[in-house]
Amino acid sequence: MKVNQYKDVLSKPLIEENPITLQILGICSALAVTSNLSVTLVMCVALTSVVSFSNLFISLIRNYIPSSVRIIVQMTIIASLVIVVDELLKAYDYETSKKLSVFVGLIITNCIVMGRAEAFAMKEKPFISFLDGLGNGLGYSIILIAVAVVRELFGAGTLMGYEIFSLVSNGGWYPANNLLLLPPSSFILIGLMIWGIREYKKDQIEPNEFKLSGHATAPDLRKKEANV
Amino acid sequence: MNDSIIKTLTVSFLVCLFCSLIVSYAAVNLRDLQNLNKLNDQRIKILKTAAIYSPNESIESQFSRLTPKFVDFSTGDLLDQYGDYDLNTYDPVYFSKQPSHSTPIPSSEDIAIVKNKENIGKIYLLKDSSENLEKVILPIRGYGLWGTLYGYIAIDSDLNTIRGLEFYAHKETPGLGAEVDNPKWKALWDGKSIYKDDQVEIEVIKGKVDPSNKMATYQVDGLSGATLTSRGVTNMLVYWFGESGYKETLKKINYES
Repeated sequence: MKVNQYKDVLSKPLIEENPITLQILGICSALAVTSNLSVTLVMCVALTSVVSFSNLFISLIRNYIPSSVRIIVQMTIIASLVIVVDELLKAYDYETSKKLSVFVGLIITNCIVMGRAEAFAMKEKPFISFLDGLGNGLGYSIILIAVAVVRELFGAGTLMGYEIFSLVSNGGWYPANNLLLLPPSSFILIGLMIWGIREYKKDQIEPNEFKLSGHATAPDLRKKEANV
Repeated sequence: MNDSIIKTLTVSFLVCLFCSLIVSYAAVNLRDLQNLNKLNDQRIKILKTAAIYSPNESIESQFSRLTPKFVDFSTGDLLDQYGDYDLNTYDPVYFSKQPSHSTPIPSSEDIAIVKNKENIGKIYLLKDSSENLEKVILPIRGYGLWGTLYGYIAIDSDLNTIRGLEFYAHKETPGLGAEVDNPKWKALWDGKSIYKDDQVEIEVIKGKVDPSNKMATYQVDGLSGATLTSRGVTNMLVYWFGESGYKETLKKINYES
């Protein structure tokens, strides 16, 4: 029973309850840092460690957090973890940290981290909260890596900086698709993924919240004038 | 009773205390490594400007090929000693912000909006194995559109031909002004001349340079969509190669070699 529960919190966020494609959270960094696979991988590791450990620490002190200040307490813990991750990156992977620039700092405002803290870690025990954070971090990573592979491979002809398709500009055969190097392309790619996943898992399709009314003719302005 | 005022204050205080300890521990312990990274990053830029960078060699040993010198801007003299400052760690940009070590530039002269200039600058000489001057690497800076661009320019031993230009920090618009980092644009600078009849003529023009123009060797293609950044780069060169910049120093290097 217990083991099953652990397995569930780890595996469900991967596809079924993926934070990006089902909950549409964390889109900002998914658009911004996916033009290059190696940068994306560092971002995924950074986010996954922040969300796992913030879940762990918040869950550890969940019974002592006064509800009136709980959000700010969560934010303090998340922000501290993000700063530590940022400092570590600057010390051990300066090149990538320069490329990621503000996006590491922006993990603080990544809705996935805050969302898991509020929705899961405040209610559950530490270990399972940690696994939930890990699962959600990996779910985020799967989507980002998939987007980054498509963008870097077809946008620049390389993967992790190694040439896969030889580009026309270097005397090869592949004309690079520059659109894929721009942030809007990941919007399109993530949209296609959401479509694909919902085709396969029909229960993810949400009911319409409102209906468009039928086509109505525009009011006749001359008539109104006549009334006046 | 989680919501009593005392409890709220205590929990907030303890969380803050604990978090600040962790953050400061990480910051203090990693500072040396981070500073080393920053220093190496800047050194790589200098090596790239001099076009002698190779990623496989240690930065330390490559950098030792360059001879740093102090520059006294009031006389143009090259110095090996300035107070107690270490030639290897002296940072001109830092000293330009210290009122005791810098002079405000009168706004009529300050075309590049440098604002304060350090009294003593630092340049690098690249010499070949028989001590002949190959290149001079000069730090330059000036205002673009959004902020100051910081960079290095390498000139040949004739002290007139540009060999390389690199910016290590700027805030220009990505895709427009930030194209100052574009390798294709940077490559355009190689071989351009600075002085004509003792006047700084080098200029980033609007549009493409017409190679048949007799001024073509003093002109570099403008960055499309980034007029102000292009103008900023021109102003920066005019200022730093002018009377209040390195002009005197370059003349003195010329006499020496």
